[in-house]
Amino acid sequence: MSDYRIQGATGEWEVVIGLEVHAQVTSKAKLFSGASTDFGAEPNSQVSLVDAAMPGMLPVPNRECIRQAVRTGMALEAEINAWSRFDRKNYFYADLPQGYQISQLYHPIVGEGAITILTDEKDESTAKIVGIERIHLEQDAGKLMHDQHPSFSYVDLNRCGVALMEIVSRPDMRSPEEAGAYVRKLRSILRYVGSCDGNMEQGSMRADVNVSVRRPGGPLGTRTETKNVNSVRFIMAAIEYEASRQVDVIEGGGAIVQETRLFDPDRVETRSLRSKEEAHDYRYFPDPDLLPVELDEAFLAECRASLPELPDPKRRRYEQALGLPVYNAAVLTAEVETARWFEALLAELGEEHAVRASNWVISDLFGALNRLDHSIEQSPVSPAQGAELLRLVADGTLSGTLSKQVFEIMLETRQDPGRIVEERGLKQTSDTGAIDRAIADVLAANQDKVAEYRGGKDKLFGFFVGQVMKAMQGKANPALVNELLKKALG
Amino acid sequence: MSALTDLGVAAIRDGVRDGAFSAREVAEAFVDAVGKARGLNAFTVETPEHALAAADAADAARASGSLKPLSGVPLGIKDLFATQGVQTTAGSRILEGFAPTYESTVSANLFAAGAGMLGKLNMDEFAMGSSNETSGYGPVISPWRRGDGGNAPLTPGGSSGGSATAVAARLAPGVTGTDTGGSIRQPAAFVGITGIKPTYGRCSRWGIVAFASSLDQAGPMARDVRDCAIMLEAMAGFDPKDSTSLDLPVPRWEANLSSDVRGKRIGIPKEYRIEGVPEEVDRVWEQGIAMMREAGAEIVEVSLPHTRYALPTYYIIAPAEASSNLARYDGVRYGRRVAPENGNLTDMYEATRAAGFGAEVKRRIMIGTYVLSAGFYDAYFNQAQKVRALIARDFERVWAECDYLLTPTAPSAAFALGEKSADPIAMYLNDVFAVPASLAGLPAISVPAGLNGQGLPLGLQIVGRALDEQGVLDAALALEERAGLTARPEAWW
Repeated sequence: MSDYRIQGATGEWEVVIGLEVHAQVTSKAKLFSGASTDFGAEPNSQVSLVDAAMPGMLPVPNRECIRQAVRTGMALEAEINAWSRFDRKNYFYADLPQGYQISQLYHPIVGEGAITILTDEKDESTAKIVGIERIHLEQDAGKLMHDQHPSFSYVDLNRCGVALMEIVSRPDMRSPEEAGAYVRKLRSILRYVGSCDGNMEQGSMRADVNVSVRRPGGPLGTRTETKNVNSVRFIMAAIEYEASRQVDVIEGGGAIVQETRLFDPDRVETRSLRSKEEAHDYRYFPDPDLLPVELDEAFLAECRASLPELPDPKRRRYEQALGLPVYNAAVLTAEVETARWFEALLAELGEEHAVRASNWVISDLFGALNRLDHSIEQSPVSPAQGAELLRLVADGTLSGTLSKQVFEIMLETRQDPGRIVEERGLKQTSDTGAIDRAIADVLAANQDKVAEYRGGKDKLFGFFVGQVMKAMQGKANPALVNELLKKALG
Repeated sequence: MSALTDLGVAAIRDGVRDGAFSAREVAEAFVDAVGKARGLNAFTVETPEHALAAADAADAARASGSLKPLSGVPLGIKDLFATQGVQTTAGSRILEGFAPTYESTVSANLFAAGAGMLGKLNMDEFAMGSSNETSGYGPVISPWRRGDGGNAPLTPGGSSGGSATAVAARLAPGVTGTDTGGSIRQPAAFVGITGIKPTYGRCSRWGIVAFASSLDQAGPMARDVRDCAIMLEAMAGFDPKDSTSLDLPVPRWEANLSSDVRGKRIGIPKEYRIEGVPEEVDRVWEQGIAMMREAGAEIVEVSLPHTRYALPTYYIIAPAEASSNLARYDGVRYGRRVAPENGNLTDMYEATRAAGFGAEVKRRIMIGTYVLSAGFYDAYFNQAQKVRALIARDFERVWAECDYLLTPTAPSAAFALGEKSADPIAMYLNDVFAVPASLAGLPAISVPAGLNGQGLPLGLQIVGRALDEQGVLDAALALEERAGLTARPEAWW
């Protein structure tokens, strides 16, 4: 239960949020044509006759898009409809050549499912289930370009006809944080499944945000829909702004009108686009160019078998089977690439080292990647190299300090740690003779401090350790240094 | 020897094969006939170069022994079929000047079979009409005239009116048509030729300008049943580019053609006897029944109880689909654009569509928009879909009692241009016998069966089970042989 409340002049208000996420289906070709879906191509260079709605052209469903929607539904533990159908949503716009969008209103391919979100990753007691109402497939529209000519608008149809999954949540969220957690979790699952790249900057994922306010626990208020919000931060900001605006309107004696709004990221506000009265009558009807989509058992079985281990089960496995702390498990499973990297590391290193490995990934590796502004896929250090490094620590070849040195060199040179240790002589030494000689030198050079220590100033021990390590160029086994120093200082 | 233009598809094919004449001679004869018949307004575009090139290829093929099924046969192509590099307007001004970069599957199939193209055939705008008067390029005139000495120009029917006139006036031995609710069969009946609408899905719709997608089917129109069988074989076939295309092999309709209908049961649906139909239509129907009986078929009276709802159902579903299919003609990407000074996008849409579409098309877009709109969808479109299913069930049940249905094709002979153009309902009634088979997706053929008191042709329709084009063609052949019609229009044009 979220206790997020808006403090109005007349008391507290609760926010009710539902999201319709449009996720671009990962597929080489469009939903109903063979044109490419690559991002960033020259305008109108990926447009088939079907996409341009030339006379007499017909849509042919792309099986891969249907497969991806089914796999996504399965990942959300949703009902898969073995019989679904495409409908036409009719409206005129210059970015919509057919004059209708092929979508699924009456019989969507995926029915009810659910997503478990955590508003605090470290705390499993913040878990909450957000219901999924449905997922349907539909075509994306083209893009209007208003800045190419003083009096004309240009149209780029590259995106036109690209497959989208519209993932419709129940109005189960109660705070911007919950909405943010929902979108992040959904994105994570889609990326695990491989059905959407989740790239919000490129528009691969965007959300229509439905917001209403009410007295806590009271009857639902009138909602507004803010269209096409394209980042988690903006989604949260749009909710915050819209909820406050609604409270202000209601407390000011006004009423919320059901309408479509636009989010302005520069001003961080929403603006009215069209009211319910101006809403289109989309005249949905079954697309007569397309047969119903019927999925047989073999197809469904293949979809099911192709699903990877998903973030929630993976996280539980990391905690229970690998013994990782809750936070480590959460962080390592949030992104499919991180989990993949971590598991590749464990495959080399052995699962018995999972806890140590997880700590190293989260602190050392993530720290370095952050510093370099690299994603984990761009990591200069491979999982195998990471495993080797950790092994060198485990077998005493490297001390903690040395391992950090070696890691820095690995980041820079991309060399294997073993080679770095060899070539640069960075191996930790357990040669007691050499350590004893270094201790003798340090004690001889610092007789006054030795006297102080022996006089009871215990804290000086650290100083001696540091001096010995320095004399040993950091390569001495710290445990041995401790032991031998203690003996020498008597 | 009679004129080459008197020959049909089979005769030309065989004559070219046997060396009785060259394909070039045939093509030249038809090109010449087309050029002399411009007064009939059957063609919107003439493509003699295409027909002659195909003829030369046919002659070369003969020399090298590689003739194809339609080598040497020049055809007319209804303007609803996209033809690569050749203007394709669907009879509408909104597509004036539009030359596709692609070839429809059906015309491509015909050309691949060796046929040539004489030109594009005029038609009712977007195939919406039964008299060719809705064409944006003027009505087509039938080569037939009433026997009363009056010279009132008659309609060839519609929407495939240019197709009908071209065959009847010997401007082409065969043509393509399309049939959504009778657009092949009614004009075939009006001009005394044969036309078949195959089972929905037999011919690919890819590249055919869409009117009502769930009903549109291409089919041939020609001088006789055999010619239709030959052409349909070349036109039909599975096309992965059309999701509603049937993935079935194309039967050898011509080779298997047989007029032996002994033991077949011919159903006479009682609901097709409707009030207000001229006596002469009934008379020809009775004659047809008698001929089939003579041929050894068994005549059975049957019932298709939902027949009376077919026309209203059709006039909900077809306009609904059309209102959506025609949304793409918006002036943005191709075809006509009217952009008012200082206007916005909506102004451009409105001006473009107001100028580009004719009255009948606008009427149907409005009807279709209305029946799909919020609050009316269930009462109209949804209800119509249910009735359509009932009509299809009527047919499924009747096949237990008979093999084919024999009915009139149209409720009258050809009427004069202008006679019904002010009354849309009277015009829609033209398709009352044709529409049920369209709604059920069944194969149906119209064969000339007799003449009315004015000497104008009347046609009979044979409807068969889904995929039984062979049976429909066979029964039609039996009728054709017994009707033995030889009347043809005088060349007055």
